[in-house]
Amino acid sequence: MWYFVCPEVVFGEDALSRLAELPGKSAFIVTDKNMVKLGLVDRVKEQLAQAEIVTDHVFDEVEPDPSLETVRKGSAMMRRSEPDWVVAVGGGSVMDAAKAMRVEYVRPDMPAEEINPFSLGLDLGSRCKLVCVSTTSGTGAEATWAIVLTDTQTETKLGLGSRDVLADIAIVDPALAASMPPQVTADTGMDVLTHGVEGFTSTFKNDISDGLCIRAIQLVFQYLPRAVANGDDMEAREKMHNAACIAGLGFGNSMAALAHSLGHALGTVFHIPHGRAVGLFLPYAIEFIGEGREELWAEIAYAIKQEVPDGSKAVPVLNRALRGLAGSIKQPLSIAEAGVPADQFDRAMSKLIDNAVADSQLVSTLRVPGEAETEKLFRYAYEGKSIDF
Amino acid sequence: MSLVIGTQEWADAAMQELNSSQIYKEAAKNWEGDMYVIIEPDATFKHRIIGYFDLWHGDCRSASVVKDESEKSPQYTISGSYPIMKQLLEKKLDPVKAMITGKLKVKGNMGQIMRMPRAALEFTNCVSKVDAVFPE
Ligand SMILES: [Fe+2]
Repeated sequence: MWYFVCPEVVFGEDALSRLAELPGKSAFIVTDKNMVKLGLVDRVKEQLAQAEIVTDHVFDEVEPDPSLETVRKGSAMMRRSEPDWVVAVGGGSVMDAAKAMRVEYVRPDMPAEEINPFSLGLDLGSRCKLVCVSTTSGTGAEATWAIVLTDTQTETKLGLGSRDVLADIAIVDPALAASMPPQVTADTGMDVLTHGVEGFTSTFKNDISDGLCIRAIQLVFQYLPRAVANGDDMEAREKMHNAACIAGLGFGNSMAALAHSLGHALGTVFHIPHGRAVGLFLPYAIEFIGEGREELWAEIAYAIKQEVPDGSKAVPVLNRALRGLAGSIKQPLSIAEAGVPADQFDRAMSKLIDNAVADSQLVSTLRVPGEAETEKLFRYAYEGKSIDF
Repeated sequence: MSLVIGTQEWADAAMQELNSSQIYKEAAKNWEGDMYVIIEPDATFKHRIIGYFDLWHGDCRSASVVKDESEKSPQYTISGSYPIMKQLLEKKLDPVKAMITGKLKVKGNMGQIMRMPRAALEFTNCVSKVDAVFPE
């Protein structure tokens, strides 16, 4: 037995107007300074005002890779303002922070670092509901029950989550993603791609999420280069925004895998954006997992119209396509290309290994590397060498 | 010959399995805390089996079978019904999936489990490697 859970997804042009129909009295907005500056928070407030929902409290201090401290600060503010809606306006960091803040607000007995999928029954919605307004086309956090937070004391990412923290409503309005600069569009797009591929091949893969993952991969190949090349290409923007949510619905119900473990580790230590880090590792993870998923790699290759010649393996065909796409939007193909100096990389190695080996996404990885193999994976990925072990 | 689950020999074999597994050692490197593994009886299975494992930084320091839960006060308890435990030990069920769907109940400091979810997974993998059968 398994579950497929998802929020009400409102997508396409003008999806934001769903906010004008919300019942209730007050909303607490969780966001970051950039969203305020871009005027997106004002647009959200305008819609909420039409529903006569008061929005006196805006927490705009969510940082990239949000920390436990930030969550504590936000939830303390929430307790003072007692909202019946939390409205997250931002990318994955903002949405994850908002999910965790709502838990601490409604359930002070459940600190964020203990949010887990095993003890259900948090019953958050009866006191306060959550809307996620996604402004990047990447994490799909508007559709998933995962929460990634950073413990700044130990420099580790905490892979938390519970079906109870899922948003009630996900708003996927392409106009809100239109202000992403090309670099962010490219980075977050790589996250979508990685979610699709890993969600389709993790050990938790399932019939319900498979099709979503495949469709997301197809949309990325078709529209990501266009969205990066021309931010005003609203068709490409809309398709990528949908793709992010579709991939979220897919991998959110089947988990990610090795590329995420390695990417989390590298990203935390060297502050590389999430999508860029996981996308960088994806071809290496595919090579490492290899044989055990041959049929699935071939299915993905088929879905993006790449022919696997008779008698050949699918991995090189698929990886050529993945690297081709990444290269076309100027994503790094190795850790060196990502700008990590060799001496710093060497010094960080034991931290990288510890973080990767402890990462929750390894739980759903078909072939799990031990510490020695993890070090090799990092070193090969540093140099851009194909995995041969 | 298969050992019988719920006997000291079975607990000893599980401990040996844990202590010889490099994968467990790495996944549970920072794990601190002892654990009960409880197999709950049902209509077809009359026994209540309580295994006790003292786990510390990738090692299993002791393993035993207790009659009554009150004998020890471990930091963690993993419990499941007989049919679920049987499926787990036969590798027909993923332990993490079983925990997420509530088939396996987990009690204890969730902060530590969420920091090292693989420790719980590899623990179950090791214990299920023991060639063992359920008592009649
Ligand atoms: Fe991701």
